[in-house]
Amino acid sequence: MGLFSAIKKGLQKTREAILGEIKGIAGQGKVTDEMLEELEERLIKADVGTSAAFLLTDALREEALGKSLSQNEVLDILRSEAERFLVDPPKFEFKGNPHVFLVIGVNGAGKTTTIGKLAKKFADEGHKVMIAAADTFRAAAIEQLEVWAKRSGAEFVRHAEGSDPAAVAFDACQAAKARGCDVVFIDTAGRLQNKDYLMEELAKIVRVLKKIDPSYPHDMMLVLDGNTGQNAINQAKIFHKSFPLTGLVVTKLDGTAHGGSVLSIASSLKVPILWVGMGERIDQLVPFNKAEYVDGLFKE
Amino acid sequence: MMFSQLTESLESTLKNLRGQGTLTEENVADSLREVRRAFLEADVSFNVTRDFVKAVKEKAMGSEVLTSVTPGQQIVKIIHDELVQVMGGETKEIALSGKPPVGIMMVGLQGSGKTTFAAKISLYLRSKRKKKPLLVAADVYRPAAIKQLQVLGKSIGIPVYDEGEGNPVEIIQHGYEYAEKNGFDVVIYDTAGRLQIDEKLMQELEQAREAVHPEEILFVADAMIGQEAVNVAQTFFERLNFTGVCLSKMDGDARGGAALSIKKITGVPICFIGVGEKPNEIDLFHPDRMASRILGMGDVVSLVEKA
Ligand SMILES: Nc1nc2c(ncn2[C@@H]2O[C@H](COP(=O)(O)OP(=O)(O)OP(=O)(O)O)[C@@H](O)[C@H]2O)c(=O)[nH]1
Ligand SMILES: Nc1nc2c(ncn2[C@@H]2O[C@H](COP(=O)(O)OP(=O)(O)OP(=O)(O)O)[C@@H](O)[C@H]2O)c(=O)[nH]1
Ligand SMILES: [Mg+2]
Ligand SMILES: [Mg+2]
Repeated sequence: MGLFSAIKKGLQKTREAILGEIKGIAGQGKVTDEMLEELEERLIKADVGTSAAFLLTDALREEALGKSLSQNEVLDILRSEAERFLVDPPKFEFKGNPHVFLVIGVNGAGKTTTIGKLAKKFADEGHKVMIAAADTFRAAAIEQLEVWAKRSGAEFVRHAEGSDPAAVAFDACQAAKARGCDVVFIDTAGRLQNKDYLMEELAKIVRVLKKIDPSYPHDMMLVLDGNTGQNAINQAKIFHKSFPLTGLVVTKLDGTAHGGSVLSIASSLKVPILWVGMGERIDQLVPFNKAEYVDGLFKE
Repeated sequence: MMFSQLTESLESTLKNLRGQGTLTEENVADSLREVRRAFLEADVSFNVTRDFVKAVKEKAMGSEVLTSVTPGQQIVKIIHDELVQVMGGETKEIALSGKPPVGIMMVGLQGSGKTTFAAKISLYLRSKRKKKPLLVAADVYRPAAIKQLQVLGKSIGIPVYDEGEGNPVEIIQHGYEYAEKNGFDVVIYDTAGRLQIDEKLMQELEQAREAVHPEEILFVADAMIGQEAVNVAQTFFERLNFTGVCLSKMDGDARGGAALSIKKITGVPICFIGVGEKPNEIDLFHPDRMASRILGMGDVVSLVEKA
């Protein structure tokens, strides 16, 4: 399956529902407030969130209320408004030797799985990959990651369960340098953004990494579960405040989730979505593409 | 905080109401819009929100404006009471009256908290209900899922039955037989996470249910889940008729509106909430606390109660 169709297929139901509403708006004479409310409903049901839904319908209200527009005109307004929120992922560049990714997020979002998938991608491109088991807290988190390291053929550094995550991260980066690895992925324990002691633990990992090289970590990647509702916005904001994020990954979009909250997040943070998780298998990670996502929502 | 947000916005829309006698359609219209928005922001499903706001409107209409509280607070109180009522008055306890070993099967989406809840519930039943539980590791798909349950079981001294790889339905069947032979009176099956649209894996759960007829099937949902909660819960319910709901990660700051949607859509009571990662971080579900949380408020209710 092409990458394009994966995202578009995932969003098919949402798109159909949105298009259904738009058919009610376009070509039916003048656009009314009621029509706009129906559309807003569809967007909210896609977890776009009230704020982004309001922004989108407000844009339409401004340009369309009281006018008769064709379906394509309506879609164009929505698409250009949504595209305004989003940014395309920048082309990946190695910023260090090795390039260090710190992967963070709330519990169960898909961090470990995403690392396994990314390790495979980098390995397939001929890079030497190191994975660091800095989730030393959750039961069998280390063993889980080890399976992924084997699957991707990556180097793997672990300490005992319950040991200091910062020490694992430190050792893995040192080892990666010694062994000539090109890229390091540091897996971290799930942490809810309202838990100060866990945020402090993360801050310590960052501090320790910077002792090796102030440019570490080059990427601070937040993994979000696509099923998450409005809390995803909180997650992104709070993590971003303490740990300026360089990218987002949205997982589990192979289900019926729409990940609509990325629109709200993007509208307030301007952090690019880098990857989208489309299943549990190692090959089910696709690069995010803003046009595809927006088309997935708004293109027939 | 939402408390101030919702109540404040209600205050501003209702500030002229004091001393007007009764709440009328006109004078509450603005505030109901605020309520709707608050619900959607708490991840209550769109349709449930709409029905709910309608019900509240009917209740509010014609009620007298109290002098001791502001009309905003009064409306919040009406909503709060309605929420508590919908989310199911009484606290549900796990059914343990069947012929032992009583089966409890954990089901839900990936990463929702099933394995953690399996351990938590086993600990809860042992310490609070004096039971002797067995955990069964029937997730053969996720890397190290079995090991995860083993580590958790070991940390709380509860045995775990596993066969390594294998067929989950058979593992569940064998786990049941093992529990029966070895004098366990509760057997908790941990299953792999799955999407409700994954036909093969949903069938597997149906077969497992047929094989061991668990007394309870507990649907585990993440408190942070959004509008999708309805689709997911509805399909799991249609396929499995789950008997209870567990909400994980309530120690976070999600408002947890999905709790209301799931209860409303399936009618199945919520029994446990997860309030941390450790096996003892489990609580019984309290509808009144959940109602306050969804509304993002603290003390309005007691305030009005006193009035
Ligand atoms: N369907 C689907 N499942 C996924 C996807 N990504 C991850 N998962 C599943 O989600 C569950 C949680 O994934 P993990 O990678 O363990 O998540 P995590 O963030 O590392 O979790 P913690 O370390 O416990 O906080 C697992 O069952 C994964 O197989 C995805 O894109 N689609
Ligand atoms: N903070 C917090 N974390 C929780 C809670 N319940 C579970 N978790 C964490 O959420 C993540 C996923 O929990 P699991 O029990 O592995 O979820 P699961 O449903 O078994 O996941 P899969 O088997 O991959 O489908 C882990 O990091 C748990 O430690 C809770 O109540 N609070
Ligand atoms: Mg992990
Ligand atoms: Mg599990």
